[in-house]
Amino acid sequence: MTAPRFPVGAPVRIRRAWPPGHVRAPWYLRGHRGEVCAVVGDFGNPEELAYGRRDGAKLTLYRVRFRQTEIWPDYAGPTADTLETEIYENWLEPAA
Amino acid sequence: MSIDKTGHLRRHHDMGGLPAGAVDRHEHDHAPWEKRVDAIMRLLSDPKRRILKVDELRRGIEELGPGVYDALGYYERWIASIANILIEKGVIEIDELGRRMAAIEARHEAARAKGKGA
Repeated sequence: MTAPRFPVGAPVRIRRAWPPGHVRAPWYLRGHRGEVCAVVGDFGNPEELAYGRRDGAKLTLYRVRFRQTEIWPDYAGPTADTLETEIYENWLEPAA
Repeated sequence: MSIDKTGHLRRHHDMGGLPAGAVDRHEHDHAPWEKRVDAIMRLLSDPKRRILKVDELRRGIEELGPGVYDALGYYERWIASIANILIEKGVIEIDELGRRMAAIEARHEAARAKGKGA
């Protein structure tokens, strides 16, 4: 694996995009800011694999941590609560 | 699919964060047919056959549409998706599958009728 575009600790944002088809970025996270907490590895792009196209370039998968209060405006739990999920690089952009 | 307040199409399965009822946390056994569906998926996706990938299975489930998605159980969604994708890929033919399903249904009905008569 080459050096990842987003190293551990990098602030990232899930892209605000709404394409049709098999999409691997949950709706509720789009537009939200998190932080890379692990670089999982390089894998076939599931959004292409879902349509039987298996020869595409590999994509880096990241584990991203979000503050619950960032995702849910009415979150009533402790402010330190976080949510971690795995997101492919094509859905991430740098965040300030 | 539904259209959210920003005018974007949200696919039915992508329901994280939407209001929902209580989660049933009871353990349950799988019926023999459910285990068979799992086995079929494993065989189709094993390194020797590589007929179906799990990403395709998921895509097929998402494309069942809201009504069917909610009406079917977990492994019913799997077998519906598997059947659709095998038809798409030309592994099975619709006519072949339809005739086989009808034959099995007739066999089951005959067995049921016999059971009642006994």
